[in-house]
Amino acid sequence: MRQTFEHELEELFQDILYMGGLVKKTIQKAVNSLKKHDLEGAQEVIDKDDIIDDLELKIEEKCMSLIARQQPMAKDLRRIGTALKMITDLERIADHSTDIARITLRIGDEPHIKPLVDIPRLAEIAQEMVNKALEAFVQEDVNLAYEVCNLDDDVDQLNNQIFRELLTYMLEDTKNIKQATQLLFVSSSLERIGDHATNLGEWLIYMVTGKRKELND
Amino acid sequence: MTENAFDIKSLNLWYGDKKVLKNINLAIPARGVTAIIGPSGCGKSSFLKTLNRMVDRIPIARWEGQIFFNGLDILKKDIDLVGLRSEVGMVFQQPNPFPKSIFDNVAYGPRIHGQKNKKELNKIVEQSLKDAALWDEVKDNLKHPALSLSGGQQQRLCIARALAVKPKILLMDEPCSALDPVATARIEDLIADLQEKYPILIVTHNMQQAARVSYQTAFFLQGEVIEFDKTKKLFTNPKDKRTEDYITGRFG
Repeated sequence: MRQTFEHELEELFQDILYMGGLVKKTIQKAVNSLKKHDLEGAQEVIDKDDIIDDLELKIEEKCMSLIARQQPMAKDLRRIGTALKMITDLERIADHSTDIARITLRIGDEPHIKPLVDIPRLAEIAQEMVNKALEAFVQEDVNLAYEVCNLDDDVDQLNNQIFRELLTYMLEDTKNIKQATQLLFVSSSLERIGDHATNLGEWLIYMVTGKRKELND
Repeated sequence: MTENAFDIKSLNLWYGDKKVLKNINLAIPARGVTAIIGPSGCGKSSFLKTLNRMVDRIPIARWEGQIFFNGLDILKKDIDLVGLRSEVGMVFQQPNPFPKSIFDNVAYGPRIHGQKNKKELNKIVEQSLKDAALWDEVKDNLKHPALSLSGGQQQRLCIARALAVKPKILLMDEPCSALDPVATARIEDLIADLQEKYPILIVTHNMQQAARVSYQTAFFLQGEVIEFDKTKKLFTNPKDKRTEDYITGRFG
């Protein structure tokens, strides 16, 4: 029953997963480029952002059209509402990756004031969160969504640690301040990515249970 | 007194050997719009017909249980049916004005109930037509035959006719399914206005309509009430899988 609708919903989900996959990759690529002074890679992240923005618009349009034509109810309605909210979070994550890429370009060839260890670790966790959130979405797995939210505590902790460490570098030598500030921005972008991934988890919980849970604190 | 327009307790209804309503327990609130949805043959129209005892006209029908209205059990044999039907107004799927003038259609009920005063009748007809949002369109043509009106106007005339006898509640059985979208929108606006004065119970196939006009919705399936909840809740997050399947169109 309602085969056309089912088919279009399925297509919508595939689009979101595709978008999610692209977004996830931008995090890794942005932080790798930073680590390796890979300016071309950073530029690529920035260029790819347009594709993600277009995808957001395209999916948004599909959602609106489904609502108008199919009058979704109950879980179908929650699915489409969730899709609409998720793509905003995904798009914002890609924006944060772009911010990191811009910082990479700004730092250019200038050597790092310290070897980057914690920032790539932070990026890894953030990426895992996005990954888990997308997986939770595919499996409609509420427990997996809660795991995403739990990881956010690790992100916050690591972000604080990075802040304190960079602060000591700045206190040690004022010449470090310029780059250390940039790296602080990177760390805080990654922290924000964690928050958006948590939102993804929250939306998934809403989609499955019909209840809104506030998991960001 | 009670806050409910109808208090339905353990209502069972049979047509011959066929059980069409199974142990219905439902309280229809005395305010706002209550919608009843469900697939064809789920018993929603039969349910409506028991509320004003129109079910009496089906010879093979028999019932058990109680329906309290104004503190009286209206399923009792000795109930005043004429009185009941004037207090429980009904609007049907097909507009069914009498082949009389617009004025006489609305005046019909009050006349039957003994109203002979011409001035009073004029007042009742005007007020009823105003309440049914039809006055401005017909005030200069009250002597015209009701059947010359459009379908949507006829339906509003039938609503005015029901209002003329000052009902305590309005029952509507698919009131818009024979109307085009514009006429439907007018009736829905009218329902929104009327609910300030009258509780309304509407049976509809059109789930979007139920979602638009009602405050609470009951889902009927095979003679049973599966779920009864606030409309907002029922259409976004129903409790029962069968409700979910029905409203998302995945039924069967």
